[in-house]
Amino acid sequence: MLRFLATIGAVFLGFLAATGRLAMFAGLALATAFTPPFYLRAMLREMVNIGYFSLPVVGLTAIFTGMVLALQSYTGFSRFAAEGAVATVVVLSVTRELGPVITGLMVAGRVGAAMAAEIGTMRVTDQIDALTTLSTDPLRYLVLPRLIAGLITLPMLVLVADIIGVFGGYLVGVYRLGFNPEAYLNRTHQYLETTDVVSGLVKAAAFGFIVALMGCYHGYHSRGGAQGVGQATTYAVVSASIMILVFNYLITAAFFGR
Amino acid sequence: MTDAYLPKISVRGLRKSFGRKRVLDGLDIDCDSGESLVIIGGSGTGKSVLVKCILGLLYPEAGSIRIDGGETVGLPRAARERLLQKFGMLFQGSALFDSLRVWENVAFGLTQGRGMERHAAKEIALAKLAAVGLGPEVGELRPAELSGGMQKRVALARAIAAEPEIIFFDEPTTGLDPIMADVINDLIVKCVREVGTTAVSITHDMVSARKIADRIAMLHQGRIVWHGPTPEIDHSGNPFVDQFINGRAEGPIQMEIRAA
Repeated sequence: MLRFLATIGAVFLGFLAATGRLAMFAGLALATAFTPPFYLRAMLREMVNIGYFSLPVVGLTAIFTGMVLALQSYTGFSRFAAEGAVATVVVLSVTRELGPVITGLMVAGRVGAAMAAEIGTMRVTDQIDALTTLSTDPLRYLVLPRLIAGLITLPMLVLVADIIGVFGGYLVGVYRLGFNPEAYLNRTHQYLETTDVVSGLVKAAAFGFIVALMGCYHGYHSRGGAQGVGQATTYAVVSASIMILVFNYLITAAFFGR
Repeated sequence: MTDAYLPKISVRGLRKSFGRKRVLDGLDIDCDSGESLVIIGGSGTGKSVLVKCILGLLYPEAGSIRIDGGETVGLPRAARERLLQKFGMLFQGSALFDSLRVWENVAFGLTQGRGMERHAAKEIALAKLAAVGLGPEVGELRPAELSGGMQKRVALARAIAAEPEIIFFDEPTTGLDPIMADVINDLIVKCVREVGTTAVSITHDMVSARKIADRIAMLHQGRIVWHGPTPEIDHSGNPFVDQFINGRAEGPIQMEIRAA
């Protein structure tokens, strides 16, 4: 029994230590934002990488999510003659939940993994040490531009995903389920409130930061050659995905919890 | 009254462990200004760890590292960044930045570390590339497009680009054919002599050590077991040095080999 409790205690202490290391890493990186030099070009490059190059995958995911949502809502709500709520359900689900979460998860898979692989390779090939010897702070040069780019770009990406997702629902609603286009659009914005969109964008900013942070953190601390880099990539995607789901609940509770 | 003797680099009582393994165990070494010091020793004896401790990439558990008489262990971040402007480093695997072109790699310390304008930094980078025998067309290539020898030369150009006071060479000839290794050795000697830089090299290549060193020190089990001028290494009378420079399996240095 004592051994069992000791194991639980060790796991808990390990979790706290890991959380502390992650928080310190993020804090040290963010602290570099207040003093020059600023690497704006690196940040813009990361914004294009995270935002522009993620558009195809996010757009495809969003449109099919909206389409499926409309179809599922219709078949479910028709059981109690509430088909008229389809447009409202689609827009609320997409803006509040599915837009930010699915975009976050897609970006975690595409961008978080790439960040971990790139920074991890730089670590195991001494490129990060080389940065330091060239009087360049790796946290300032490699990590901060990615964190800020994630924070700024994901809300933009989610806004696009929201529009595409709602459009997907509209396509199915109008052309497959026979809704009147004008009535569908009216229902779409009739019950939509600013908070619905804003909460989604706040989530997106948090998810963008999380994806970039986990990618950078695991890449930065990777060890042991190609295997270590591969492991860092896996950890980055898995931990970012879990944290996205956890923070999704926390932010939802903060906005809509009673 | 005469000035007190002040080495460029002075290391005293340096200790560094990884887990239970003590890599540096109270190491003492000095390096004078303008001197080329080569540290030899077997693989895994802590040569790279020593250099990384001096550069501040690793934190020693105990000991003192003085540069120009000033203590550097525990320096705050900003002071460390200023100190690093005195250093250049050639890494064993070259450590060129994949995402940048060759000239941008060479100019990196000037543009990012010292805030020099890109155009001026490019001119210096191309001049340094020429100094290591590479034409301006190479400057536009990516590191992945270069051979191992060319990468080493680019890394050397990057190390000397900002004309640092101290340059560290980590296994500069490892993985190169004997001719290219000699080319690199010649370039190191030329760069160090021309600029008057203090150079600390670590290697287990004795041909390289004899060519580039003013003084050689041997590292074994975390301590310097012998040091002296290069010509004296063949008459050191030290059994560790004799075994190492003659490449004998028998002797006081026992390799950690475990039966499968």
